[in-house]
Amino acid sequence: MVEVLTRTGPLDGRSFAASGVRLSPAEPAARLSLRAGGDAVKALSKALALSLPLRPKSTSASGNLAALWLGPDEWLLIDEDGNDLMAACAAITAVHSAVDISHRNVAIDVTGPNVEDVLAAGCPQDLSLRAFPVGAASRTIFGKAEVVLWRRSEQHFRVECWRSFADYVFGLLEAAARDPG
Amino acid sequence: MLLIRCPYCEETLPEAEFTYAGEAHIIRPERPSDQTDEQWEEYLFIRTNVKGAHYERWRHMHGCGRFFNAVRDTVSDRFLTTYKAGAPRPDLSTLTESQK
Repeated sequence: MVEVLTRTGPLDGRSFAASGVRLSPAEPAARLSLRAGGDAVKALSKALALSLPLRPKSTSASGNLAALWLGPDEWLLIDEDGNDLMAACAAITAVHSAVDISHRNVAIDVTGPNVEDVLAAGCPQDLSLRAFPVGAASRTIFGKAEVVLWRRSEQHFRVECWRSFADYVFGLLEAAARDPG
Repeated sequence: MLLIRCPYCEETLPEAEFTYAGEAHIIRPERPSDQTDEQWEEYLFIRTNVKGAHYERWRHMHGCGRFFNAVRDTVSDRFLTTYKAGAPRPDLSTLTESQK
């Protein structure tokens, strides 16, 4: 009997490049959905060794761990090193909710000079640098799927979506990237 | 597409991220069992259905997730203001004044 477990992702083997944009599934990462009131922010920031952002649309990062502001009491934590974020929060006694969603989300890296146009095909937000600067993140919609957009550089967005929406999101990005108009 | 200002995100964002959630400032009776049928019916079903400035709840469903309140003109579909849940009703006269 074979005893080897292999991790399969919904976008394994997919990638797409067109003029001005490249789509590639991001490496698996540890993710945490963190909800906490103002009284727990300090303790959680200390435990995670990064200060949770408190301004709308903002992010903070420490090494490969990043915290994305999603709402007044909600953050998405992404650790590209795959560290156990649940363990980091476990000792905090202040009231908070931490849920490991590492396997619920997948991410797609969208890069290239046309990245804004391609995302604008499905996202109604203003994605210009002025309204969506580098380092900004926002939960929004892409077509019919809810996504979290995180602008990591001028020409690089990370699109986080739910695993079951990944095929749809990737397909729609691909269609948008293929359409030169 | 309408643009709606979310008082929690402090940004004006497209309507597609929001969902409508009925009339605002409707308070659930503390003791429903003390209500007469008419009072309970009033609470559950009777709404103002105004032509003009309407106090209503919205939710930033695909954004910060928060419920908030808005005043929208039901004739022109224009949002006069939005404000955080729990905040008192804004004074209508000052709102309409600022639109002139």
